[in-house]
Amino acid sequence: MKTGLLRAAAVAAALLTVAAAASAVELLNVSYDPTRELWRDINASFAAAYQKENGVAVVIKQSHGGSSSQARSVIDGLDADVVTLASYIDTDAIAQRGLITGDWVKRLPHNSLPYTSTIVFVVRKGNPKGIKDWPDLVKPGVEVITPNPKTSGNGYLSFFSAWGSVVLRGGSRAQATDYVTKLYRQVPVLDSGARGASTTFVQRGIGDVHLSWENEARLEVREAGGDLEVVYPPISIRAEPHVALVDASVDRKKTRAVAEAYLRYLYTDAAQEIIANHFYRPASEAVLARHAASFPALRLFAIQEIAASFPDAYKQFIAEGGVFDRIYKPR
Amino acid sequence: MAVRRRVLPGFSLSLGYTVFYLSVLVLLPIVACFSKAFSLSFEGFRAAVWTERTRAAYALTFGTSLVAAVVNVLLGLLIAWVLVRYRFPGRRLMDSLIDLPLALPTAVAGLVYASLYVKKGWLGRHLVPLGIQAAYSRLAIVLVLVFIGLPFVVRTVQPVLEDLDPEVEEAAASLGASRGQAFRRVILPPLYPALVTGFALAFARSLGEYGSVVFVSGNMPFKTEIAPVLIVARLEEYAYGEATAIAVVLLVISFAMLVLINLLERWTKGGEANA
Repeated sequence: MKTGLLRAAAVAAALLTVAAAASAVELLNVSYDPTRELWRDINASFAAAYQKENGVAVVIKQSHGGSSSQARSVIDGLDADVVTLASYIDTDAIAQRGLITGDWVKRLPHNSLPYTSTIVFVVRKGNPKGIKDWPDLVKPGVEVITPNPKTSGNGYLSFFSAWGSVVLRGGSRAQATDYVTKLYRQVPVLDSGARGASTTFVQRGIGDVHLSWENEARLEVREAGGDLEVVYPPISIRAEPHVALVDASVDRKKTRAVAEAYLRYLYTDAAQEIIANHFYRPASEAVLARHAASFPALRLFAIQEIAASFPDAYKQFIAEGGVFDRIYKPR
Repeated sequence: MAVRRRVLPGFSLSLGYTVFYLSVLVLLPIVACFSKAFSLSFEGFRAAVWTERTRAAYALTFGTSLVAAVVNVLLGLLIAWVLVRYRFPGRRLMDSLIDLPLALPTAVAGLVYASLYVKKGWLGRHLVPLGIQAAYSRLAIVLVLVFIGLPFVVRTVQPVLEDLDPEVEEAAASLGASRGQAFRRVILPPLYPALVTGFALAFARSLGEYGSVVFVSGNMPFKTEIAPVLIVARLEEYAYGEATAIAVVLLVISFAMLVLINLLERWTKGGEANA
């Protein structure tokens, strides 16, 4: 009797799953680590809106991880309909293999950037070392926490910011090299990723200042309950986490229309509000203005002001034989 | 040709499966690794695997693994001895604790070790004032590798020690051997092969360890940067060939060392048979 009931329930459940799978469109969004909560909220909002408008249910699956290892998974065959990675470098690597075609940056508004972000400082309560600007980081006795530029997006964006803070305020290349050399001598630990660096700074209490993604910094400070503060330097990099349709996948899975609607939805006021509430800087001027109190103005410089492009900056500064490699001398 | 009959049937079938699984699980990935690495030119390969930075990383990886394996041999022998020869409350619990490092995700081990030994950690707050930096240093790497490799020595030595009759020691004592002589001449020799095997396993395990080490080492170039970190760094550049080239170097050196250890093991067994 009991097993009969169970079996009936199991069959019913299986049928329901089949029915749901038949009518719902499934998308896979491959993203980077800190965006879990952001996409969970956007996905729920998009699914409801799309269902209402088109009567079609959409189920969006998420995959998170280090940005470049996510890109490598897509290159190696992970069936992503859309990629929302941390940096142009990673999306470009996928495009280089022909999985994303054409002039993909121009296919969506604002150069395919529904939001941008930057690198800011997190300091201990009361800012005991008086850290306000980039030159303060290399004062004697200041310990800086930032992840390894070779293995982390947060890591190389910190490097680019530091470099730009010198050359865009009249410094020479030699002065910038000198500055970053001093800066990385004050870094006691090169964590492999952004979350590791947060742990080192917050849980282990190491370091006086943490160079972090703006959105991560805000969460870190909110969770610390008054033990930490955010400091906005006067200048920092404009981080560009592009979004893109993976042409090869959407054509094979016949999901292009829904995937495109999904990416377009990111520019609606509803999605832009969610983006701002998660501390990413929204593309919409109107929404940004509404959240002006949350996003202090600072000079956000484009990568083109210090190099030809993100891949070029990576090659010059971070890749094997670049400036970063020359900071460390064998002992 | 006469085929000798075996007691159990199915030799060809089981050998077939063995060869098949070994090929798919072990050989194929290694071949893929080598073919990727050799897609580089000779100069490219050399440039990827032989720089001051990579040499420092190999030295660190092999050095810390070696030290950790030696520590594990001494510590493992002691623990195995205590577990086999003495009966005390909590012995079974202690025995099951030994396998814990195998089950625990190594990243967790790394994170826990780091939080214990940093300046504000439970142990670090006493050690750091004494000048002992056991987090974000080479010592940290050795500590965590000792943790990871511990079960291998204990578990290889334990069964041999269990088979060793305590009466043999008593006989040695009654024949006038001192405690030290009894240990060196009577107890240790039959343990050599097991100790060498345990050493080899712990050493090999340490060479490939990544998860725990990245969290405790600090990853400072030339100081605490292990070779696997360099592999990850090259992958970030989408330089697959260069990344696998470093992996191939690690593989070849590890393989050579394991062959050497195997020879040593056979030699110690031979010594035992002759005695």
